[in-house]
Amino acid sequence: MKTLEKYKVDEHGYYGKFGGAYIPEMLYPNVEELRENYLKIIESPDFLDQFHSLLKDYVGRPTPLYFAERLSEKYGAKIFLKREDLCHTGAHKVNNTIGQIILAKKLNKKRIIAETGAGQHGVATATVCALMGLPCTVYMGEIDMERQKPNVERMRILGTEVKAAKSGSKTLKDATNEAMRHWINNPVDTHYIIGSVVGPHPFPDMIARFQSVISEEIKWQLKEHTGKENPNYVMACVGGGSNAAGAFYHYLDNEDVHLVAVEAAGLGNDTGKSAATTQLGKEGVLHGSKTILMQTPDGQVVEPYSISAGLDYPGIGPIHAHLFDSGRGTFHSVTDEEAMTAGIELSRLEGIIPAIESAHAFAALSKMSLKPNDTVVINLSGRGDKDLETYIKWGKY
Amino acid sequence: MTITMQTNRIDQAFSDNSRELLNVYFTAGYPNIDDTASILEYLSSAGADIIEIGMPFSDPVADGPTIQESNMQALDNGMTISLLFKQLEGIRNKVDVPIVLMGYVNPVVQYGIEAFCEKCQEVGVDGLILPDLPMHDYLKNFKQIFDSYGLYNIFLITPQTSEARIKEIDDNSAGFIYMVSSASITGAKKGISEDQERYFNRVNALGLRNPRMIGFGISNRATFLKACEYANGAIIGSAFINLLKDSNDLKGDITRFIQDIKGINN
Ligand SMILES: Cc1ncc(COP(=O)(O)O)c(C=O)c1O
Repeated sequence: MKTLEKYKVDEHGYYGKFGGAYIPEMLYPNVEELRENYLKIIESPDFLDQFHSLLKDYVGRPTPLYFAERLSEKYGAKIFLKREDLCHTGAHKVNNTIGQIILAKKLNKKRIIAETGAGQHGVATATVCALMGLPCTVYMGEIDMERQKPNVERMRILGTEVKAAKSGSKTLKDATNEAMRHWINNPVDTHYIIGSVVGPHPFPDMIARFQSVISEEIKWQLKEHTGKENPNYVMACVGGGSNAAGAFYHYLDNEDVHLVAVEAAGLGNDTGKSAATTQLGKEGVLHGSKTILMQTPDGQVVEPYSISAGLDYPGIGPIHAHLFDSGRGTFHSVTDEEAMTAGIELSRLEGIIPAIESAHAFAALSKMSLKPNDTVVINLSGRGDKDLETYIKWGKY
Repeated sequence: MTITMQTNRIDQAFSDNSRELLNVYFTAGYPNIDDTASILEYLSSAGADIIEIGMPFSDPVADGPTIQESNMQALDNGMTISLLFKQLEGIRNKVDVPIVLMGYVNPVVQYGIEAFCEKCQEVGVDGLILPDLPMHDYLKNFKQIFDSYGLYNIFLITPQTSEARIKEIDDNSAGFIYMVSSASITGAKKGISEDQERYFNRVNALGLRNPRMIGFGISNRATFLKACEYANGAIIGSAFINLLKDSNDLKGDITRFIQDIKGINN
């Protein structure tokens, strides 16, 4: 008999050989406080009540599982879309920020910090901070602030202070560095809401648990549609990997369900302009965990590239490094061109303009050999409103 | 080949219960790529008691702006760990001061732990500070290798480190314990407050085996002496990097800086 739970975190904070907490001593007390308390808190009836009622009444959950008939016809399989794009604030990110803000309150934290790349996680954090009346500072790379102006203003309208990360390459990884530095300098009253399944243990596990509501719903919704809980494939895009972790979570130990992760190949994996971490990376340590990392032979972290700011990260969550390494997950990578084309196609076939991150998952459909009886669930992680300018610049529609 | 087991130079520095030891940090390959060995020599002849050489990393999360910039500049200059070992070849014919390499764990792991330690021994490095290497990983995967090449692993403690953890760190440390003066990144705070004094006294009352050096926020003779009241010595980093940044005369400036701090008149 196979052991259960072999793709979830172990008691030391590892997924296989990945994960852990590679942090300087200055961060140890912060992370340790969280590690000691997170399960106790997030499994308590009180927390669960509050979490689920906010997910229902504020976020708008459950999000629909929608049978995409015309897309199904095109690709010759039964394709369902998990509509995370219909969440309040426009993406799955808010599932995590709702969970973490309740946790922060229970830990008696007075201030919130976060990092953001495209600004989706920043907006989701600013939103829950407004909701709970906690002051919030979001770090964003100086270059990303320029690229994602509307989201900067959304955060400001919500009352959040947006600070430019001016160090290093001035993008997401540097915003993360700055948030960690802020946390080192303010260890007692501040909680750091990390935006994906990255960072030191327990963040990856905690965030995967908050996002696992996605696959929890998929199971019963798919059963309503088809009479069966299990699809043949679950597909999701992977930046850090939080929407994928949530969509995979309740299927991790059911090896009949194929887990398909889709990374951003930018201009192509051999062009030096890609963000396909598993294709181009090696084992390494960044932002507190051992994972797969894009880096030079000397171990310096490489700046990735993707048209989608949300996939533009040089690592992946340790859970995905383990899914890749163990062969449990299938990893595809798709280029800017393929993703944009898939985004337009979904718009035309189903009347849904996806976030460009999510469009990557759809672009992988053509790389799979699907059979007519296959059931496929694609996690539609976010909507395309924030990407309108990129679609317009792209122009091919 | 015969191996003579000599005592680690760090222990020599702390023998006779020495106080007021000055430990200076600088980033390898900064301000110019070929400055590493000269800075080391100038520091040593000016009277630095221990020297920490930073191995630059693209994402130094525990460092403030000054050391971040020196890391970026060094990387732009083309600094690597392999090059550092080349620059340090033969250094033991010139200086006897204890040398500690400090850096983030990823570049070291990419170099290969065993090869890295072998090179450290070959060029005459005495200790390592890898702030993001967790204790249990060190004990499981690194300690035996460090030990076999005679390298001391130096851990950090902060005002938030619990007493039980300080004792665990003391049990697993060699050379000295790096006492971070406040909850902060490098270069962030100036001076020493009463809160910090209470923390130093609390640590001193624990009766630890290892000597301590206080770092973060030490920038001149006054803060150096203040820190030395509570430990065997102190560590200067950002203030020294700032000096290097603006220097047109490395030898003269370094000599004056060190002698000022140590109160050596010439
Ligand atoms: C809509 C959407 N999908 C996916 C991602 C990628 O993040 P993750 O891999 O953590 O789901 C982002 C990040 O900004 C996003 O906004």
